[in-house]
Amino acid sequence: MKIFEYQATGLFKKYGIPVTEGILCSSAGEVEAKIPDDGKSRVVKAQVYSGGRGKAGGVKVVTGKEATVEAAGQILGMKIKDFVVEKILITEAVTIEKEYYVGMVNDRNTRSVILMVSTEGGVDIEEVAALSPSKIFRTAVDPVVGLMDWQARSAALKLFSEPDLLRQASGILSALYRLFRDTDSTLTEINPLVLTSGKKIVAVDGKMNFDDNALYRQPGILAMRETTDTEALEIEAEGKGLSYIKLNGTIGCIVNGAGLAMATMDMIKLYGGEPANFLDIGGSSNPQKVIDAMDLLIRDKNVKTVLINIFGGITRCDDVALGLIAALKKIQLAIPVVVRLSGTNAAEGLQIIRDYGLQPVTSMREAAKKAIELSKTKS
Amino acid sequence: MGILINKNSKVIVQGITGRDGAFHTAKMKAYGTNITGGVSPGKAGLSVEGVAVFNTVRDAVELTGADTSVIFVPAPFAGDAILEASYAGVELVVCITEGIPVHDMMKVTDLIKRNGTMLIGANCPGLITPDECLAGIMPGNIFKKGSTGVISRSGTLTYEVVYLLSESGLGQSTCIGVGGDPVSGLYFTELLEMFENDPETESIVLIGEIGGDAEEQAAQFISAGITKPVVAFIAGQTAPQGKRMGHAGAIISSGTGTAEEKIKAFIEAGVPVAREPAEIADLIKSGSGF
Repeated sequence: MKIFEYQATGLFKKYGIPVTEGILCSSAGEVEAKIPDDGKSRVVKAQVYSGGRGKAGGVKVVTGKEATVEAAGQILGMKIKDFVVEKILITEAVTIEKEYYVGMVNDRNTRSVILMVSTEGGVDIEEVAALSPSKIFRTAVDPVVGLMDWQARSAALKLFSEPDLLRQASGILSALYRLFRDTDSTLTEINPLVLTSGKKIVAVDGKMNFDDNALYRQPGILAMRETTDTEALEIEAEGKGLSYIKLNGTIGCIVNGAGLAMATMDMIKLYGGEPANFLDIGGSSNPQKVIDAMDLLIRDKNVKTVLINIFGGITRCDDVALGLIAALKKIQLAIPVVVRLSGTNAAEGLQIIRDYGLQPVTSMREAAKKAIELSKTKS
Repeated sequence: MGILINKNSKVIVQGITGRDGAFHTAKMKAYGTNITGGVSPGKAGLSVEGVAVFNTVRDAVELTGADTSVIFVPAPFAGDAILEASYAGVELVVCITEGIPVHDMMKVTDLIKRNGTMLIGANCPGLITPDECLAGIMPGNIFKKGSTGVISRSGTLTYEVVYLLSESGLGQSTCIGVGGDPVSGLYFTELLEMFENDPETESIVLIGEIGGDAEEQAAQFISAGITKPVVAFIAGQTAPQGKRMGHAGAIISSGTGTAEEKIKAFIEAGVPVAREPAEIADLIKSGSGF
């Protein structure tokens, strides 16, 4: 799960990390009402999940109320990558002496949290990592003990040398780790962390992602969830025990198991088709799941054929077949369905499908080829 | 013999009184696994599927000599269940549970190292040495005894591959599902080494997917020291960036962890990569690339 900048910096503030104070607005009228006419410089920032908003024109530095309202009008409604800007954060402008990068991430290889700092702040950190990796300092956090003070200090020393700045930076790093740990974060970034002309260290931007598996124990984080239309569909699916990701092709897929679902999409592509989605119904033969899955698929008007690929393991193919037919009887499909069953009790399952009047197939390759053929004749 | 488990393994089930725990205990017993006990706190004295239930893993280990544990405990408590098994001296812990927070798994994997415990999973189908021992939820009937070792990040895709292998006459020495989470126990390199040293294994199938760089590490490891033929398959060539494809670990983040990179790494290491599951058996038989 992701949150917006204003939410991330809100959490920073709660943990004692200095941030630029901001006002959240969702319309030009709201800006008009909330921003004082004091002639001050401000930064108007689009609130979107994707990176690269600066390059897309989603951040503007302005002086005076009139210019602020004008910039807000330009940014609200703007499309950045796939997101329409619905909210903007208007913050005080600070005089920047230098920009830094601070980040934390869960690392698969060391099985620990990695703290990263760099003097190359304000830019895309992946570019820094690719072009000059030596400019990023990394340290692994002991998962049992947590970030030790000396580690925070050593990282701060890579950015600052004056005692007062070192104290400020170490404090920020320690607080950021506590926030990261307490919220089950998977990625937290301050980019840039800014040294102001007044010798204060301030977080000017914030990004946080969280572990979906831990949301059950993070009610405060879950309450911050705001979703786009595409995500709303994915979350609805999640609520029904389905894992669904919409893509842009014409062949709708219903598969049991995530790995097999990906392999099915790949197979469609290999034989010249385009998958319309990733959909894992998990390991049950419950007819309701198939009905829910079909319901999700046919809302996507690009779908020309449905491909159901089931490998019966613990779940028996005859149970799955009965579930499928119950589902097919309940929803009248206007598009062709290709059913592939294999594994435990496949012969019985295939017979049930045939008795219903469908021609099932037994291999994934055959299923993919047939679905592609049908999707082309229909369109 | 195979690796990690065999006919001499003594297996206990943590969470045996739950629906999944009881169901799969019956399946494992029917396959021939020696299930010596189950664990469910406060339920000692009960019997599930003819298996005696103990309050703690320590009791089960002391009274039955168990060396392997299979965990079906719900996600919020599964990390602790792994620790309990480890501190009770269980040598191999297999955690089936899906949805354990990654912060829990970072702590757990660090702590069990101190006890020398081996972990498979979490969020995995477990492992099987055909005709000897099943420790997990795999459908025993699709496996066939043989000399191909299988290591996979997936569940049903593994069954698909194994089914095709068995059908084309290639039996398996041991088949392991390492799980779909970003932080897991034993992974490709450790298991490749075990198969390399297992006299019964003659070839190895590695089934990877998008996310992380374990496949790239495996490719390097193979070119540096695995002499047995390896064939790879990677799922997720059509997966978009930034979307979690069902498994918590299957996500392409900012251009890394793509199927393309992984396939390239294997090809460079001289490991043939099947374009679809049905091709795996052909590649093993032809021994292409060796």
